[in-house]
Amino acid sequence: MFDLDRWREIFQSINKNRLRSVMSGFTVAFAILLFTLLFGIVSGLSNSFKDAFTDDAMNTMRLRVWKTSKPYKGLQTGRRIQLKNEDLSFIKKTYEDEIQHFTARIYKNVNISYKNKQDNYSLRAVHPDHQFLEKTIIDEGRYINELDLKNKSKVLVIGRLVKEDVFGNKPALGKRVNVSGISYKVIGIFSDDGGDNEERIVYMPVTTAQMIYGNNDYLDQIIVGYDPKLSLDEAIAFGNKIERDMRKKLDIHPDDQSALSIRNMAEANKGVGLFMLALYFIVIFVGSGTLIAGIIGISNIMIFVIKERTKEFGIRKALGAQPSSIIGMVVQESVLITTIAGYAGLSLGTYILSTIGDGLEDYFIKDPNVSTGIVVGATIVLIVSGLIAGYVPAKRAARIKPIVALRAD
Amino acid sequence: MIQIKNLHKSYPIGKDSLHVLKGIDLHIKEGEFVSIMGSSGSGKSTLLNIVGLLDGHDEGDYYLNGQLIENLDEKKAAILRNKFLGFVFQSFNLISYKTALENVALPLYYKGMNRKERLKIAMEYLDKVELKDWANHLPSELSGGQKQRVAIARALVTNPKVVLADEPTGALDSTTSDSVMDLLKGINNEGMTVFVITHEEEIAEQTDRIVRLKDGVIISDEVTLKKAKAV
Repeated sequence: MFDLDRWREIFQSINKNRLRSVMSGFTVAFAILLFTLLFGIVSGLSNSFKDAFTDDAMNTMRLRVWKTSKPYKGLQTGRRIQLKNEDLSFIKKTYEDEIQHFTARIYKNVNISYKNKQDNYSLRAVHPDHQFLEKTIIDEGRYINELDLKNKSKVLVIGRLVKEDVFGNKPALGKRVNVSGISYKVIGIFSDDGGDNEERIVYMPVTTAQMIYGNNDYLDQIIVGYDPKLSLDEAIAFGNKIERDMRKKLDIHPDDQSALSIRNMAEANKGVGLFMLALYFIVIFVGSGTLIAGIIGISNIMIFVIKERTKEFGIRKALGAQPSSIIGMVVQESVLITTIAGYAGLSLGTYILSTIGDGLEDYFIKDPNVSTGIVVGATIVLIVSGLIAGYVPAKRAARIKPIVALRAD
Repeated sequence: MIQIKNLHKSYPIGKDSLHVLKGIDLHIKEGEFVSIMGSSGSGKSTLLNIVGLLDGHDEGDYYLNGQLIENLDEKKAAILRNKFLGFVFQSFNLISYKTALENVALPLYYKGMNRKERLKIAMEYLDKVELKDWANHLPSELSGGQKQRVAIARALVTNPKVVLADEPTGALDSTTSDSVMDLLKGINNEGMTVFVITHEEEIAEQTDRIVRLKDGVIISDEVTLKKAKAV
């Protein structure tokens, strides 16, 4: 029902009373502005948190072992647990359906030298799947492959910063470097979003490291990437299941936390999720509080306006205006002011957020923004707010008796 | 046109009530030019409010255009006012932020007429009160006499059955008073029922029939000399 005449009446009345229309709109605009900024900042925080966890693939869990702290099945405390190739094969075989990627890790500190330059770096001996689990980006050459594993090839994939240190601007691919006295060929150069430390690393095939360092089948860590279709709760349950099975296999007491642990990204994600949810609740609480104050403000000003316009409403009624027409006029005016003011606040807020952009990244606020859903929701809230703010004053206006109004000279 | 029988009206004042109208009987026929005279407190404004459907009555019968007025809610009263009555007030009561033309057109808006048509009709009535050239002026740009002429045009625009004028010249000097009264006489001559409330003898004398009210009762009801001469 679009009544052009009604709109004309309203615009005329707003235009006539510009100051008070602006004043009453201001509170709502301010409330929405505050809400938008708060919401944007929290979404920025949320983005930072998400980023902090995206260095590695989200759907991973890491199995690590140390010494036992509890006796179990006649075995003594202080027994050193060692992961071996067979443990990896066991996991691989048992959970074939749930697991997408798997890799072992062996950590070493090595001295790398090339011509007259040399320095110490961290070495990780890994399986080919490690590339996906760590989200390693290959800049040049290739990553470790199955053939390297099989041949126990003496090959290295070096980090961007290692390449810079050792080779400077000169090409590194295909060159031979010396690692603890043995010559390796550089087959790839990688970068990583996880920061500089992640780029000061060198990778070699896990089989090569086992042969060179002790000629055994030891592993330091097992990392698996599970099916990303698993929900957070399913992933947590899956992690617990692997942990139980491995404790059984390695004869570790079920409660011995210091002997074996699984760091499941799903659990961390769930924690962050809950934390962000709490933050959003706070924002909604504060935001709606401010908005309610805004609504009351508008309502107050409208009541004052009704008083000011008592005579006008009296005249209108004497000329044949029905109560419903007066109510409609006041409510519609209130909705109009609320919506326009609210949108002004919303636009200003989104503009400020987009201006901030990544400017506050140092404060853990990254790319703050409000989603379309929020904008649509805010529109509905604004219209409803306008209705509420306008209704009480409108009722009051409709009750004005023409004789009283006309006498008020 | 207007028939009132034994009309009573009281206003509560604290615990007591003030009996303002104490049994009024009045019959105004179509085309009459009647004035109600009385000092302040005589009950004449109350009578106008009841006749104008701006207030209800306690006792007695009121027929407007043959229709018994009772149990009116605000909505019905608004519709009847819009349809049958035109008001002219002492203080003009024009809406300050609307032009003369828009003020005249306002009752037609509440009648549900479209804008083009109502502005056309409003312009005809402004022309009738010789203010066509002032159509787009705000009330603040008009003189008192001009404002009252706009108000009369507004009262006439719906082509009502009765024009109710409450002290129409109360805020005007004698020259402009005369021109406003001439205008009311003019519309009466065209057949409109005009009902004037005043406390000024000179104004009342220009009407055809004077009803004098004192303390809530009618003390006299006579045809004026002017009318008598004409007959």
